[in-house]
Amino acid sequence: MTTMVATAPAERAAATRRRGARFRPGNIGVGIAAWVAALAFFFPVLWMFLTGFKQESQASTDPPTIFFTPTLDQFRSIFARDFAPYLINSLTASVMSTIFVIMLATPAAYALSVAKVGRWRDALFFFLSTRMMPAVASILPLYILATNIGMLDNITMLSLVYTAMNLPIAVWMIRSFLAELPREVLEAARIDGASLGTEMRRIILPMIAPGLAATALICMIFAWNEFFFAVSLTSTRAATVPVFLVGFITSEGLFWARLSAASTMAALPVILAGWVAQKWLVRGLSLGAVK
Amino acid sequence: MAGRSRSRPARAVLGSALAALLLGTTACAGAGVGGQDGRTVTVATVANPQMQDIEKLTGDFKKDHPGIDVKFVILPENELRDRVTQDIATRAGQYDVVTIGTYEAPIWAKNGWLTKLDGYASKGGYDVADIVPTVRDALSYEDGLYAVPFYGESSFLMYRKDLFAKAGLTMPARPSWQDVANFAAKLDDKQGNVAGICLRGLPGWGEVLAPLNTAILTFGGRWFDEDWNARLTDPETKKAVELYVNLVRQYGEPGAPNAGFSECLTAMGQGNAAMWYDATVAASSLEDPKTSKVAGKIGYVPAPTVKTEHAGWLWSWALAVPETSKKKDAAWEFVSWATSKDYMKLVGQRLGWARVPPGSRLSTYEIPEYRKAAAAFAQPTLDAIRSVNVKQPGLHPQPWTGVHYVGIPEFQELGTKVSQEISAAIAGRQSVDDALAKAQQYAEQTTLKGGYKK
Repeated sequence: MTTMVATAPAERAAATRRRGARFRPGNIGVGIAAWVAALAFFFPVLWMFLTGFKQESQASTDPPTIFFTPTLDQFRSIFARDFAPYLINSLTASVMSTIFVIMLATPAAYALSVAKVGRWRDALFFFLSTRMMPAVASILPLYILATNIGMLDNITMLSLVYTAMNLPIAVWMIRSFLAELPREVLEAARIDGASLGTEMRRIILPMIAPGLAATALICMIFAWNEFFFAVSLTSTRAATVPVFLVGFITSEGLFWARLSAASTMAALPVILAGWVAQKWLVRGLSLGAVK
Repeated sequence: MAGRSRSRPARAVLGSALAALLLGTTACAGAGVGGQDGRTVTVATVANPQMQDIEKLTGDFKKDHPGIDVKFVILPENELRDRVTQDIATRAGQYDVVTIGTYEAPIWAKNGWLTKLDGYASKGGYDVADIVPTVRDALSYEDGLYAVPFYGESSFLMYRKDLFAKAGLTMPARPSWQDVANFAAKLDDKQGNVAGICLRGLPGWGEVLAPLNTAILTFGGRWFDEDWNARLTDPETKKAVELYVNLVRQYGEPGAPNAGFSECLTAMGQGNAAMWYDATVAASSLEDPKTSKVAGKIGYVPAPTVKTEHAGWLWSWALAVPETSKKKDAAWEFVSWATSKDYMKLVGQRLGWARVPPGSRLSTYEIPEYRKAAAAFAQPTLDAIRSVNVKQPGLHPQPWTGVHYVGIPEFQELGTKVSQEISAAIAGRQSVDDALAKAQQYAEQTTLKGGYKK
């Protein structure tokens, strides 16, 4: 979707340049390759979706079962296991952490790109360097900290961890959007007597809104899919959807159909969010691509 | 100007919304903590089918115990082990009941992580003497009982009676590994998509090593002698591993290096294997016409032997109460309910008699409905479990309790490394000799580093 929209003007330009040359064999080859690649990437998702509607015994046959009578048994057994609390926890953690991230990252990015505080390069690199340490290296201190302050198995704790996890990426992303803003617009606003607050609210935010939306969506997806912190820091009250998902994996017995059904359910909110934000997302990700 | 005058209310709204959000979440978190302080028992468990049944029947427990709420944390085996270990080691005390295996029970008891259950179990009508003695031994440490079995399993050989009859073969009452190899050669039918035998080849100490170690023991081999000298290159050990690897390479299931219990269950259940040597719990799935195409066509005989009289393994998924639990009495209420005689009947009546947890209580095998529903495999299962000697399963004495694993904490890592070498041999990437030479080296390093070898 992204590429389609982003390249549309370029394509039109190319088409007018060499009218009639559209259906060259080379183009067909590229088209086929694109379709093959798209299908190859989409197939596992489709297979997961289909497997969710099979019986366990059909889900694990060799060769795979392609024709089958769809059943809702797996979805029923998922709801029998009280899916709602996990869903609410995941939503809370993703939404809360995303709000925190955007609120913290926007001023930080402003300071590092528009206002350019001293040693901004070092600061930016420091932000990025926090992502270089593997998560597993920080889990024990985090776990002990959470135990000592009584925040183990607490969704606020998980939201804060996700905020910290996504903040560096958000700062970098928003900074790149801010860097694309024409200086002249900001200068004009200042000449007109706009305060920092007004400049932020009335000039900068509307202009980078698509970028903020793209950043928020990415942070939300990262938080939604996060497993390691979730499984380590929660048990019953704050467990999120990924933790719920792995609960179907067993070493004794069949589980593919139910796991697929549960994965489909888990992916739905993210797909919906992505679909709703699609227009903004495309603009946000290609912001500054064409000047 | 207009912008500035509008900005104040906007800021106030934003500010109050944020404050509400923060307050709201803190309030929620607070309420959650309050619930925890009540009589909520948190159970950490694996997702095996019998455990899912407990979750379904917990409503009955809550009805009989109105003051106690039960919450489940369901995770795959390895994650569960990591989580519970982390919780106990940091004394966080999040779990009141944990599901552990026979491998963990003595090790964790030795570490002082588990509550001794003898005091609880001897009271009331729990009838601890009814627990299958071999399983009870496996869950004990220095004469104390530290976990009670939810279900128990051994291993046996499952074979397709119809395919044997068609080929004019007869399965002896006590087959040897050589018999099994001969049958596999005769029954292997590559065109018909039927493997001679399904055997695990998937790396993992609980995967390929489980059946393989029983073969090593019955061939007279062993991992370690009494002084913790590694013995993985002994001729007996090598003979066993060679037989196993060749058998699965020549007549085993396709994709054997990636096949574990679940894959073999599928192969056997779909009619793609003539024999399968694995856990006794497989039988209840194979005899269920809903998931299996071969229900009623399978015979069950004891694990193949060579030099020992019996060769089955012993495993049990058991419930234990961590020493860090703050609600031990309530935890025991739940544990004793889920492992009681009445629970077996409850499962039978509510979910079907074939789903009763096997191998934990002798009295289960006296329930007429269960005997009928599990007629094909109940007796072979009980016989297999009862005949295991957990203290000395092989020809030689060993300094730990347990059959298809070495009862030291380091075995998880050692076993995984060795299993990867074996799996590579099954895949044909190296010879059995090379695999065992490396395994021997790993084993020597492990006991030296762990301070076992003096």
